[in-house]
Amino acid sequence: MLSIKNLQAEIEGKKILNGINLEVKPGEVHAIMGPNGAGKSTLSSVLAGREDYTVTGGEVIFNGKNLLDLSPEDRAREGVFLAFQYPVEIPGVSTTNFLKTAINEKRKYHGLEPMEATDFLKMMRAKMEFVEMDKSLTSRSLNEGFSGGEKKRNEIFQMAMLEPKLGILDETDSGLDIDALRLVSNGVNKLRNKENAFIVITHYQRLLDYIVPDFVHVLYKGRIVKSGDKELAKELEVKGYDWIKQEVEAAQ
Amino acid sequence: MTEEVNIIDKVTNQDYQYGFSTDIEMDTAPKGLSEDTVRFISAKKKEPQWMLDWRLKAYHHWLKMEEPTWQNFSYPKINYQDIIFYAAPKVKKTLNSLDEVDPELLKTFDKLGISLLEQKRLTGVAVDAVFDSVSIATTFKAQLKEKGVIFCAISEAVHEHPELVKKYLGSVVPHTDNYFAALNAAVFSDGSFVYIPKGVRCPMELSTYFRINAENTGQFERTMIIADEGSYVSYLEGCTAPMRDENQLHAAVVELVSETNAEIKYSTVQNWYPGDKEGKGGIYNFVTKRGICEGANSKISWTQVETGSAITWKYPSCILKGENSTGEFFSVAVTNNYQQADTGTKMIHIGKNSKSRIVSKGISAGKSHNSYRGLVRVNKKASGSRNHTQCDSMLIGDRSGAHTFPYIEINNKTAQVEHEASTSKIGEDQLFYCKQRGIGMEEAISLIVNGFCKEVLNQLPMEFAVEAQKLLAVSLEGSVG
Repeated sequence: MLSIKNLQAEIEGKKILNGINLEVKPGEVHAIMGPNGAGKSTLSSVLAGREDYTVTGGEVIFNGKNLLDLSPEDRAREGVFLAFQYPVEIPGVSTTNFLKTAINEKRKYHGLEPMEATDFLKMMRAKMEFVEMDKSLTSRSLNEGFSGGEKKRNEIFQMAMLEPKLGILDETDSGLDIDALRLVSNGVNKLRNKENAFIVITHYQRLLDYIVPDFVHVLYKGRIVKSGDKELAKELEVKGYDWIKQEVEAAQ
Repeated sequence: MTEEVNIIDKVTNQDYQYGFSTDIEMDTAPKGLSEDTVRFISAKKKEPQWMLDWRLKAYHHWLKMEEPTWQNFSYPKINYQDIIFYAAPKVKKTLNSLDEVDPELLKTFDKLGISLLEQKRLTGVAVDAVFDSVSIATTFKAQLKEKGVIFCAISEAVHEHPELVKKYLGSVVPHTDNYFAALNAAVFSDGSFVYIPKGVRCPMELSTYFRINAENTGQFERTMIIADEGSYVSYLEGCTAPMRDENQLHAAVVELVSETNAEIKYSTVQNWYPGDKEGKGGIYNFVTKRGICEGANSKISWTQVETGSAITWKYPSCILKGENSTGEFFSVAVTNNYQQADTGTKMIHIGKNSKSRIVSKGISAGKSHNSYRGLVRVNKKASGSRNHTQCDSMLIGDRSGAHTFPYIEINNKTAQVEHEASTSKIGEDQLFYCKQRGIGMEEAISLIVNGFCKEVLNQLPMEFAVEAQKLLAVSLEGSVG
């Protein structure tokens, strides 16, 4: 589904990604871990198409299409979803209205008619239940005055509504208490199926207790320096990142 | 970023949708302004002597006045001798019904989305269509008459209801009020006249559609709405003009009178031609709008969506004379390219426990400047009066300006006056968030701007809210850069 080859990117002349290689197949969950400043959030931003970053090399193929050639909105319409670390507030725009616009823009891209209002509302209700989202949140202005937990749950709810092929969770666990973490993780687990895939970016192992990954990758200095299964995450939890840093330095 | 710049180019090159002109035989006054011009207009309208005298008094007062210069925008000096003050489509005979209106005119309004044939109209909206200097048709007159509602051209009201016109004309905006009000009083040609009798709730929305068509012409309309005791009316005005290289002057006056327990809701969707992307052409929209809440518990509510005109200069105001009277002002002003707007309101509290509320949303894009100017005055005797003002500006791109000039004069210690203000920018973050959900740039801006203006748009009558939302989107398409 997703094939990243030797991806390199910089921001304001500073190199952040130094050749990322990653293969993601349908049905898989990949966790990307790493110390602060390793390039984790840069990777998600580059995949989503944030214009602040310049790709200086490599390629990303998503379901046969060159992802880097597509505009951010077309990437989304092709099925890439980014759950933001810091979801943005849009005053005066309800989550309902926002999602209706998003879904219909996506449908237009795929040559479909806009969704009937009643079908849309039915879908809203079903998905809200599915991710245990509070009904009152959808009529309020998007993320405005939401607590940290509410914002993250809203991200998962949007993901449920837009049914992406690839969901990227950018430090979704940051700032969440244990109850919110469980709710958010449950939502993601329910959305997992054989056709879709997830990249879970996190600093801590704790999230991976709930969203159990098939693969764990350690990002350091803009490269994936170690890959393994969920046991690798546990090892990192116990030993920290220093031993990996040392291994990398020694190899150089 | 380059994508954004491309969109700007695309949109600023886009045509103003209502820029066509109608080829029709016109009856015009010679260029320029003199006592003869005033007499010419009055004679064209076969006005009684009192009306001509009123005009002449205003004209002589205007001669002694100077064009104001305090506003926060600039424009080249207007040559009043270069303007045609009266232009009307030639009428071959007296009209008995809409079927006799020149088909060319009906077509023009059809093209603007305003069908004057009643069976085709949205139910529940009566329309007065003003083309250059004259009203050409008013729909649903008969149905309104059953309820005693008068809705007609003001020139008709001068003949049919002289007692009402004499009583109220100039009572809210006297000819001495300001330079453009004096000019209007001297040369006003047409506009709508509304009278709602005691205790009547007007059974439908009333609407006037103004169209400037002729070249080198100014439009000077005058609108009066009188809501007698315990009555209610909702009124909407819309306007467009052809694209022309020259600037055209539009100096209107609107007077509202709300008697005891009466309510007037006045909504404007202003979409005069704004000029091209270089700032050439466009309408100078210099308007005096004022209402008086004459009686106790009366209410006047102004809602305006201002997207057009090269320059917009207007302050729809409320004189809150009655006890417990209420004044409201809800405004969205959008400027793009080289447009300039200096707009806001005045709330004058005279009656005890009078209340006012101001919600102003200014959006500036391109190289435009957008100013909010507002006065809240509480007079000595207006104890217990309250005002709440909320004034938000949104900047799009980095070449536009937003300015706020709030004036507050309080002469009574029991008054409560609150003012909130904010300035924001459409952020890259907001746009990226929308794009990441599959929402394209144009749609994203429209969504964010409509969210920003929601409080004001919610005030518009249903039929027009959708229209206004679309208009906002069109005015701002691709303005991020």
